[in-house]
Amino acid sequence: MSGETTVAAPARRYFDLSLFYAAFAALWQGAHELVGAEGLASPLETLARTGALLASASFWDHAGATGIAFVYALAVALAGGLLLGLVLGYFRLAGEVFEPIVGAVYSIPKITLYPIILLVFGLTLSAKVAFGALHGIFPMVIFTMSGVKNVKPVYLKAGRALRLSPAESIRMILLPAALPEIFTGFRIGFSLSLLGTLIGELFASDRGLGFMLIRSIEQNDAATILALTLLLFAASALAGWLLLKLDRRLRRHAPLA
Amino acid sequence: MLTRRHLVFWLRIAFLLAAAAALEILCRTGRIPRLTMIPPSEMAVHLGAGLAAGRYTADIAFTFANIGAAVAISIVLGAALGLLIHALPRLRTLVDPMLASYYSVPTFVFYPLLIVLFGLTRWPLVAIGAMFGVVAMILNTIGGLDRIPRVMVKAGRVLRLSPWATIWRIKIPAAAPSLFTGIKLAVTYSVIGVIAGEFILSVAGLGRRIKFAYDNLDNQGMYALLLFVLTATVLVYFLVHGWERRVHRRWQR
Repeated sequence: MSGETTVAAPARRYFDLSLFYAAFAALWQGAHELVGAEGLASPLETLARTGALLASASFWDHAGATGIAFVYALAVALAGGLLLGLVLGYFRLAGEVFEPIVGAVYSIPKITLYPIILLVFGLTLSAKVAFGALHGIFPMVIFTMSGVKNVKPVYLKAGRALRLSPAESIRMILLPAALPEIFTGFRIGFSLSLLGTLIGELFASDRGLGFMLIRSIEQNDAATILALTLLLFAASALAGWLLLKLDRRLRRHAPLA
Repeated sequence: MLTRRHLVFWLRIAFLLAAAAALEILCRTGRIPRLTMIPPSEMAVHLGAGLAAGRYTADIAFTFANIGAAVAISIVLGAALGLLIHALPRLRTLVDPMLASYYSVPTFVFYPLLIVLFGLTRWPLVAIGAMFGVVAMILNTIGGLDRIPRVMVKAGRVLRLSPWATIWRIKIPAAAPSLFTGIKLAVTYSVIGVIAGEFILSVAGLGRRIKFAYDNLDNQGMYALLLFVLTATVLVYFLVHGWERRVHRRWQR
């Protein structure tokens, strides 16, 4: 590539990016004019409301409630998914028997299971956590399982030759070798747990960002709906992007996978 | 002779039956209270009666029509956008990071907005289903096009194929395995999107029926419909999954 293009590329990229955002804002403004302020707040109005939300204490209260539920859900999904994935990946027969079952359960719309969760846990934090974990655990299981299954048998043989105990060979061979895939599962589980927690709050909760969203829908508060949408979108896109970067780096540097 | 494949299959069946039986016993003995869950056999009986009486027909038709529309839009739009993005590298550098992090965003946050835009009809449901499915199709279309051997495209140029002929006769067949994976994901995601949307807010459909039954403490109706939705989605999953596997096997030959 010539020197000129490498210098010009970032500038062109910024030009393209600003063009993209300008087009997006124009489209949004156009839709706002079309639908009216009742239905769709304008971009400026939304930005102003976003700022007001970020400055208000009650927003951070709700965000904290969501955060706590999310962290618990993620921890449950991570621990449970890792354990199940290890077992199903290590014992071939168990893996073959359960793989399609796990895949099928992963594909069902878990939102329909919400009534059952509520009937079991009631309107509690546990219900939110259970719902978040229910969403996040399946990608963890699936990716851990395939990661462990794809570990080269020769590594395990080497471990046996070195007389590692089962716990040692899990810690020192299986987990490091399967780490890139496990991390991909974690990345997907992360966003799905967040989604599950938010959906849980949408239906049955008196706190959290999901609750704030459903309340503003009921009050027909278009600016707050959009501001919350924007904030949630930005926060999860940022987290997803960071995790993706880490994921790609892990895969590139994975010597064993 | 019991081959390993048969063994796996029968073990799977045995596990599922054992799980259902355990649930049945727990419910019948009252370990799981009736208010929490009714025995699986009762769910099946209620579902059968409901289906026979035609109580769910309208909602089933509503939901499946929405899913069909969402899948069609996802596939056609996703393939078209995938082709377009693949053909324009400048656009691609711009949208790549967005596509990659798309599924980390809870798309449902847009559902209220869609209701505002389309009104309380079936169209916000179709739209949210399509929003769920379309990006999987775009990603897999681009991935499939990336893997086309250059020599094929060059051969097309030597034969002076028109751009359309290049797409139809070279790009689509060569990218087919990826496209089928995209279709499989588009179907699964559209199903989730539509039913979840109905669950949140809708005028009809299976999702709404379940929520309605729940709100009215109608456990029998709720569990019958849940059983239907779970069976239907698992069935769809195995259908597309098996179909995809057949396609992949054929292409590998």
